[in-house]
Amino acid sequence: MLDPVRVAKDFPILSKGDLTYLDSAATTQKPVQVVDAIEDYYYSCNSNVHRGIYRISEEATERYEKARENISQFVGSRDPAGTVFVRNTTEAINLLSYTLGRQLKAGDEIVLSVMEHHSNMVPWQFLREKGVVIRYADIDSEGRLDPEDLKSKIGRKTRIVSLTHVSNVLGTVNPVSELAKMAHEASSLFIVDGAQSVPHMPLDVKSIDCDFMAFSGHKMLGPAGIGVLYGKPELLMRLPPFMGGGDMIREVRLDGATWNDLPYKFEAGTPNIEGAIGLSAAVDYLRNLGMDNVRRHEMELMDYVMKRAGEIEDLTYYGPRDPKVHGGVFSFNIGQIPAFDLESELNSRHLKISSQELHPHDISSYLDQSGIAVRAGHHCAMPLMTRLGVQATSRASFYVYNSRDDADKLFIALENAKKAFAR
Amino acid sequence: MSEEEISAEIILDHYRNPHNYGKLEGSNASMTEYNPICGDTVHFQLRIAGTVIEDAKFVGRGCSVSQASASMLTDMLKGKPIEYLESLTESGFLDVLGIKVGPAREKCALLSLTAAKKAVKASR
Ligand SMILES: Cc1ncc(COP(=O)(O)O)c(C=O)c1O
Repeated sequence: MLDPVRVAKDFPILSKGDLTYLDSAATTQKPVQVVDAIEDYYYSCNSNVHRGIYRISEEATERYEKARENISQFVGSRDPAGTVFVRNTTEAINLLSYTLGRQLKAGDEIVLSVMEHHSNMVPWQFLREKGVVIRYADIDSEGRLDPEDLKSKIGRKTRIVSLTHVSNVLGTVNPVSELAKMAHEASSLFIVDGAQSVPHMPLDVKSIDCDFMAFSGHKMLGPAGIGVLYGKPELLMRLPPFMGGGDMIREVRLDGATWNDLPYKFEAGTPNIEGAIGLSAAVDYLRNLGMDNVRRHEMELMDYVMKRAGEIEDLTYYGPRDPKVHGGVFSFNIGQIPAFDLESELNSRHLKISSQELHPHDISSYLDQSGIAVRAGHHCAMPLMTRLGVQATSRASFYVYNSRDDADKLFIALENAKKAFAR
Repeated sequence: MSEEEISAEIILDHYRNPHNYGKLEGSNASMTEYNPICGDTVHFQLRIAGTVIEDAKFVGRGCSVSQASASMLTDMLKGKPIEYLESLTESGFLDVLGIKVGPAREKCALLSLTAAKKAVKASR
């Protein structure tokens, strides 16, 4: 079992007791173990990697490569050559859209879903310039990926299917191994956006059978500025490089260059060494808690949150009702503020926002006064907001240091907000 | 009630019952401003005769701060010379609103002022 109150003691920012942090889907807090690992690197062996033939550089290189092995194993990849360090999920997907994109031609199709984060949409949309067609699978009324619709979007011309494992708005946990099968049956590549799953559940890239997966260190107790692109080594091998520079080359002549082996081919320039070391410490921390325990904890918490949510009048929440397929993300609205349309607004009589309607911005400002941090807005998923017919939602997201107590604080404050805004 | 609480009450009143909401007949200067971070939208309309703002109305959608400030601005501008709008500074307008807003919500509070100023510029 995971005891969130004990876990929270490892997080100095939380132990002061004046912060109820419910925005871990945006970024998580950091435990002392992670900060210590980074500090220890700075104070004992800070130097550049893969270059110096002196003791501390060898030590730094060893820590950097050990971090790679450790993080690889954490997601079930046996060959560390398939673990490329990048800045974050966004960079990983841009790397893929750039390198895979160079091999695509007009008429080729990429299948995404309407629940994707902008970072798994915009990089692919770049390819429309060369005539690549993007198709979007829809969701059902509970915010699950609609398998029939997805099937109808995948076809002969599909080259890439890129989907999120867990939605950062709906919390929906997508059945990625089934989706991988669907993609592979159509001879398409399958990419998983793991930004909201790797931090929150046990997973194994081998059993999912994804070709690539992207995730961010800062969403899993690690530092910002470090993320991972996992790829099947035989596929990464065939891709052209992304950025050129030092470290990624084998040999440079005045008329060209040859590329280094994996994963260095994709790691141009001095990498984020301390970031990798910090992320490795975060992985140790999570492994110690047990990813099964992490998932169970969030499932139980969401079960509780959804029950409490049902008691608040006018509260609508999004995503699957079954906590088994709902990650630790709780997006909601109080009342429904309809999306804005200028023409129809100009021709309507008189607007009256009724007292049952609270704008997400007002909610998060109000909650902030009680020290509760939640997110309000479109959560980098504007097409999904449109699909849900809302301008924005509020979002409370939970992690290993959040307890029922935090959920209670949220709901008490929401009741108070309703009273404060009632007229 | 503190001064700030009174200001918050006034904001809430304007939010629930916005003044000058809807289509302005004969509008000859209008502009839509949109905050891409939160989606707040204000469409501000003016009717200008010579150097005077004869009338002002708005439509929009967003949080209480963005919509109430638009409502208050319409009241402030009616019958005033254009110069009054042009010389109204951001900090001056925030003072009139009287609520403390953090940097994240300042944009919401200033959405209508930006829209009104741009509307005048565009009409020239
Ligand atoms: C599902 C999902 N994908 C991608 C991202 C982008 O992550 P990052 O900003 O770390 O690149 C996020 C984070 O906001 C996310 O929630």
